Amino acid sequence: MIAEAQLSQGPAPHADETFRAHHFETAEQQFAAAKLGMWLFLVTEVLFFSGLFVAYAVFRVLHPEVFVNSAALLDTKLGAINTVILLFSSLTMAWAVRCSQLGQQRGLVLCLSLTIAAAVAFLGVKGIEYAHKWHEGHLWASQYGGPQAGETFDRAGSFFSVYFAMTGLHAVHIIAGIAAIGWLLKRSLRGDFSPAYYTPVDVVGLYWHLVDLVWIFLFPLLYLVG
Amino acid sequence: MSTTLPPTTRLPEQAWKSEPISEPDYLRNKRGIMSWVYTLDHKRIGVMYLIGILTAFLMGGVMAILVRTELLSPSRTIMGPDAYNHMFTLHGAIMTFLFIIPSIPAALGNFILPIMLGAKDVAFPRMNLASWYLWVFGAVFLIAAMALNGLDTGWTFYTPYSTTTNSSVISATLGVFILGFSSIFTGINFIATVHIMRPKGMTWFRMPLFLWSLYSTAIIQVLATPVLGITLLLLIAERALGIGFFDPKLGGDPVLYQHFFWFYSHPAVYIMILPAMGVISELISTFSRTPIFGYRFMCYSAIAIAFLGFLVWGHHMFTSESAMAAVIFSALTFSVSIPSGIKVFNWLATLYKGSISLTTPMCFALSFILLFTIGGLTGLFLGALATDIHLHDTYFVVAHFHYVMMGGSLMAFIGGMFYWWPKLFGKMYSEFWGRISCLIIFIGFNWTFFPQFILGSRGMPRRFYDYKPEYQGLHVISTSGAFFLGIGLILCAAVFLHSLWRGRRAPANPWGAATLEWQTASPPPLHNFVDDPVVTDPYDMADFELQRDTGDYVRRPYTPSQSDGTETQS
Ligand code: HEM
Ligand SMILES: [Cu+2]
Repeated sequence: MIAEAQLSQGPAPHADETFRAHHFETAEQQFAAAKLGMWLFLVTEVLFFSGLFVAYAVFRVLHPEVFVNSAALLDTKLGAINTVILLFSSLTMAWAVRCSQLGQQRGLVLCLSLTIAAAVAFLGVKGIEYAHKWHEGHLWASQYGGPQAGETFDRAGSFFSVYFAMTGLHAVHIIAGIAAIGWLLKRSLRGDFSPAYYTPVDVVGLYWHLVDLVWIFLFPLLYLVG
Repeated sequence: MSTTLPPTTRLPEQAWKSEPISEPDYLRNKRGIMSWVYTLDHKRIGVMYLIGILTAFLMGGVMAILVRTELLSPSRTIMGPDAYNHMFTLHGAIMTFLFIIPSIPAALGNFILPIMLGAKDVAFPRMNLASWYLWVFGAVFLIAAMALNGLDTGWTFYTPYSTTTNSSVISATLGVFILGFSSIFTGINFIATVHIMRPKGMTWFRMPLFLWSLYSTAIIQVLATPVLGITLLLLIAERALGIGFFDPKLGGDPVLYQHFFWFYSHPAVYIMILPAMGVISELISTFSRTPIFGYRFMCYSAIAIAFLGFLVWGHHMFTSESAMAAVIFSALTFSVSIPSGIKVFNWLATLYKGSISLTTPMCFALSFILLFTIGGLTGLFLGALATDIHLHDTYFVVAHFHYVMMGGSLMAFIGGMFYWWPKLFGKMYSEFWGRISCLIIFIGFNWTFFPQFILGSRGMPRRFYDYKPEYQGLHVISTSGAFFLGIGLILCAAVFLHSLWRGRRAPANPWGAATLEWQTASPPPLHNFVDDPVVTDPYDMADFELQRDTGDYVRRPYTPSQSDGTETQS
């Protein structure tokens, strides 16, 4: 690890350990705690989404034809564009972590900005999709008013309930990610990070990859089953 | 802070003497309300939690007394059917979500865990404070439901009733959702603290069992609570938007709700009991003055309970799931009794030939063993399919879970309070009145809840405000027991309050226990230890000698023959 090597070589510009909280014995211990804490948080996130995945599985097993027909109503092209956008943002986020480890200040700022831009673009595309669905009446169960209304009213509705619940919750996580990365950007402009201390960039990066990963599952499950 | 010796090094003899420490204790090192509002000290946060949960316990307790009073006679006694529904719902919701779940981990655990580990604080002090504020927010939302339209769904919020009733389900479930995050934060903090902050020399198998129990509890908190979170979020979306996951009118499935809910709430009963088991292990060992019997089995069984607890949720739906599923869940339910049984046998084996002193905490610990055993064994009647069809949704279930939750968790909580009280506030309490309160609580508890087993087996359904006249005799017995129990709890509170005003100053180690929290002053200084504590076997009490003049137990000078303590089995 670059950071550890630097640390043991003595004071880099920021290695005066002003960032170390009093109750940790070493900076490494603090880093390990933050990392473990973030992984545990990610576990709770996975379980949080798992409820929706289970509901998806139950409804799909009960009414496979509804899922096939309703998924066809989603815009696969926009979904695919969003997948590419998020994959790109994962790349820039990973790059941001690397920049912070290497002390590349400008690269860090650039990568964080690109990640935020990608996240905003993702939400933009999502917004277009939502507006479209709204227009067509492809809404969740109680509001469903699409073309199938009349015969299989509630059934197509349950697909869109799952669709809105899953993508909506995911979008909330994207928004939280934008806030977190924005905070990183602010701190990196202030020059808070260095090879001796980049923990926040690292753990927010972990979070961001999870948010992307959830989408990697959502895209085929929702868009490609049709 | 001061010493540079590695923590396992033995300090010179005079360092053991608990001389009055020059550093001010955590209660006095800063003053003023703001020093509490912004505190990051795990001890102060623990104390704030303690005040919060005890307030919740008082509210829930008053409601319990009202519920029991209503049941003195069939049909209306003091309230109508609707008021009754609101009353038992809020009683259950407050007791579960505001009191029992945070009681031992967030209040006692917060205070004790870092000190037992020899650490200065938990890994994430800010998150710790956030978890307390989330608790307050959650409590406000939950209790606001009472002021709005009340809450009459039962603490389980079963659909479809919870999506159609006009009581304040959204406010209450939002409250519980927030409380869930509070619980998750505590869990993440404890796992990270135990993993990262253990001092040199404290290997996993030299950790006190209370830490093992908090650790396994934290795992459940982290893994189960998010599922409750998403469930309640969907329930809110169901009520507010009609999203149709659980509403059969919209193609949803109410039994899916029950699965989601119990996937959290069965593990949650182990969130309630595992920390209690940890407390009991400390108390039984300390007051038998002998190492806990079968230490490793105690560790493994805590983890086993945490794990198996995830596999049995279906036993709450024996009447609404398929026969096949019911058989499987029944079999899995029985498997939980194996690690639970191991614990009970090991406590008993520790008592055997121990030199038992019947202090107040020990009285509560012994009550725990008896009451928990009754609660666990009656769980087997409920886990067996043929008997559960008869007993499901009757007072038998009510008696079962009160034996485990009140007879188990609450008794352990009070026992733990008496045990650590000197450490928390630096004051001793009256042993005489403490024991009397335990006796009254023990008698009152059985007087209240034992008749409910009989009521239930004779068919008295739970959650009804009216009943057939033939049940009245047992209901009257149960209600009078509840009043007696109430007196015991009030006496117990009085003993604590009296000790705060009038109690004798507590020495550092009044019980002669070997875990680290007794190696620092009572109450501890801001950073817990002035000198790094020495890690030894947590149950090796033979080294400690009572000093008659101070009432303090002090470690004898080091003798090399001592075992290294990695193996504590007797
Ligand atoms: C050997 C251990 C246990 C077994 C076999 C067991 C079994 C059961 C079963 C089968 C039920 C469902 C009864 C029904 O609704 O028909 C039940 C209910 C319940 N149990 Fe246990 N249990 C055990 C331990 C515990 C513990 C340790 C706690 C809490 C600290 C607990 C709390 C509850 C609660 C709160 C309910 C009622 C839930 C409701 O409101 O419907 N149980 N138990
Ligand atoms: Cu259960």
